[in-house]
Amino acid sequence: MTVAKEDLRERVRQAITNQKRPTVTVLSSLLATQDELGYIPDEAIHEVAALNEESINEVWGVASFYKNFRFTPPGEHTVEICWGPSCHLVGATAIIEKTLGHLGLEAEGETTGNKLTLRYNTCLGACAQAPVISIDHHLRGRMTPERAVALIDNIDTNGTH
Amino acid sequence: MSTYQELKTQADTHWQELTQGEKPWIRVGTELNGQAAGAVEVVNALRSEFAARNIEATVDEVGTLGMSYAEALVDVLKPGKSRLLFQRVTPEDVPTIIDEYIVNDRVPKNLAFAYLGDEPIDGVPDLNSIPQYSMQRRIAMRNAGHIAPSDILQYIANDGYAALNKALYEMKANDVIDEMKTSNLRGRGGAGFPAGLKWSFMVNSPGPVKYIACNGEEGDPGAFNDKAILESDPHTLLEGIILAGYATGATNGYVFVRHGHDGPIDRVEQAIKDAYANNLLGKNILGSDFSFDVEVALTGDSYVAGEETGLMEAIEGKRSMPRFKPPFPAAAGLWMKPTTINNVKTFSYAPQIILNGGEWFSKIGVNKSSGTAIACLTGNVTYPGIYEVEMGATMGEVINEIGGGAPNGKAMKFLQTGGPLGGVIGLDALDLHIDFDEMQGAGAMFGSGGIIIGDEDASVVDLIRLLVAFCQYESCGKCFPCRLGMTQLLDLMERVAGFEARPGDLDACERVGMTMKLGSLCAHGQLGFNPINSALKHFREEFETHVNEKRDPTGRTSTKFYSPKASRPYAEDFKGVQPLELVK
Repeated sequence: MTVAKEDLRERVRQAITNQKRPTVTVLSSLLATQDELGYIPDEAIHEVAALNEESINEVWGVASFYKNFRFTPPGEHTVEICWGPSCHLVGATAIIEKTLGHLGLEAEGETTGNKLTLRYNTCLGACAQAPVISIDHHLRGRMTPERAVALIDNIDTNGTH
Repeated sequence: MSTYQELKTQADTHWQELTQGEKPWIRVGTELNGQAAGAVEVVNALRSEFAARNIEATVDEVGTLGMSYAEALVDVLKPGKSRLLFQRVTPEDVPTIIDEYIVNDRVPKNLAFAYLGDEPIDGVPDLNSIPQYSMQRRIAMRNAGHIAPSDILQYIANDGYAALNKALYEMKANDVIDEMKTSNLRGRGGAGFPAGLKWSFMVNSPGPVKYIACNGEEGDPGAFNDKAILESDPHTLLEGIILAGYATGATNGYVFVRHGHDGPIDRVEQAIKDAYANNLLGKNILGSDFSFDVEVALTGDSYVAGEETGLMEAIEGKRSMPRFKPPFPAAAGLWMKPTTINNVKTFSYAPQIILNGGEWFSKIGVNKSSGTAIACLTGNVTYPGIYEVEMGATMGEVINEIGGGAPNGKAMKFLQTGGPLGGVIGLDALDLHIDFDEMQGAGAMFGSGGIIIGDEDASVVDLIRLLVAFCQYESCGKCFPCRLGMTQLLDLMERVAGFEARPGDLDACERVGMTMKLGSLCAHGQLGFNPINSALKHFREEFETHVNEKRDPTGRTSTKFYSPKASRPYAEDFKGVQPLELVK
């Protein structure tokens, strides 16, 4: 096993054995892994199975069921555009369209060089400020297509937002 | 060990310092809607500008007053004055607020929104004259926007944990259940089942371990009242959960929230920590014989995890697929132990009910719908926000008088209520009273309280395609009529909305929908056809124009449709994975 792999495994072990909530389950362990790494590598499936005394199949079943889990590293930054009905009625589609064009994407996914991950979220929970986007989990409401791409460009130049 | 009286004395002193002390007290609503309006940046600006000027002030992050349209709202209490609220504040406005109002007592008119208190402030309206505030009757959200959730003493100063103290020392467990029954509180998760009765089911279930589960999953797009309570006043919720634990003889409680909603999660976890530190949770609560533990359980992205048996699967760490009933949760729920599940809002009414009596609550509201309803107005509406109103108000009062109808002089066209499965209803629903039985009788769902308004330019067919795509994306896959049916319905709706429908497509929808209704275990499949069905009932012509004339009467021409795709492991991720490998 390579050093990088062993290092990854150790980070997973740390994340899942240091969970702060008392009830530890397959799901809580997977969430802890994704919080730490941003995705679920194969090593994590094995570690989570071992910790929870569950089968590899069960862990894969849970990981592939919940739609937030991903199995490849995400981009350095994550932009989510709210796709829910409240946002839809006040212009989310235009924001999605403009952002996709700006990033050179056809659908959700990563930009070249894994700089940025774009996702549609079914509801970001700030519907009264629709349309809403989130940049690295920080919500921005009353969005326009122009402001969205300006904010995204701002991440690129500053590395912050 | 701290007793309630000691806590209360300490809290009252603290509250007096805040409200009648020397320092200005500034409250900024930073719950999700505030955050999206830039309130976090405003808080940071306030703190740094105060520091730069060497002005001593208390700056607190609070929850929502409901008027999301006016956010970021900055609420300034100066010594000896009424509270003055500033609306739509940006970090650039902060120096003006400090230099003009806090230092020089001049009111910047362009930013001032309203005052709240006994002393009028010149040229500014009374908040109680603004319908978005005055038409609210706040019970579950009575503290939201007024107190800082991170400061347990502020909650205690405002009667917090008084109900728990009363229950522990003056009431038997059964008295609490009787009070809940008298209150006629019905579950606010959507079904409207009497809460007192539900609690009573678990009393005789065998222990020793019994659970209380609080459902804060709130996956309905357009509903955010649970998250607003979690963020605005988590102690009210906790107190309600502890009361339920005492009444039912439970030992452990879970607050179930979707991961990623950091604001609600962090605030409720802070509240739990503070409650433990003050002997309001844990062993021998407030010196009594009653012990109870509460923790947060997170779910991944899954709409069906909001279904009560799906929720239990998720807390146990499994896929959130609904279970067969019976057994019912009161007999065998979490880890097959007795469990009582209620929605965030339901628990949040309990402290006031125990404090003021069930009869007091039963007199608020209308008919068999006691208390208040918490409506989230969004979409094409002038004053989007989250408004707690007395049950019995009409939908029209809420949407027109509080919400201000559709903006920009447009006419309203439809309402989308009850979450994605609730479908759309026409404007005749404006005459309906918010009353569980009246709404249900009329085929409308109030559900979780999300009311999304569509104006005359909005395409019903376009929105229905989105709702169907949501339901397809979120089908858990357990029941094939739902899994395959939703996929078929989405195919059909994509054809209709994309101007490629064939004759008979609408009939096909109805056939698929009927199969789903009959053959699915939970509401997701049973109601999965409801978005289309409800829209066909009210807007059939619009569908027929799509099918027959290949055009959208609202003038929408684009056929492009974006929707989220579930991220599934790619085939290469499975390399080296041995199926059925068991861990020793």
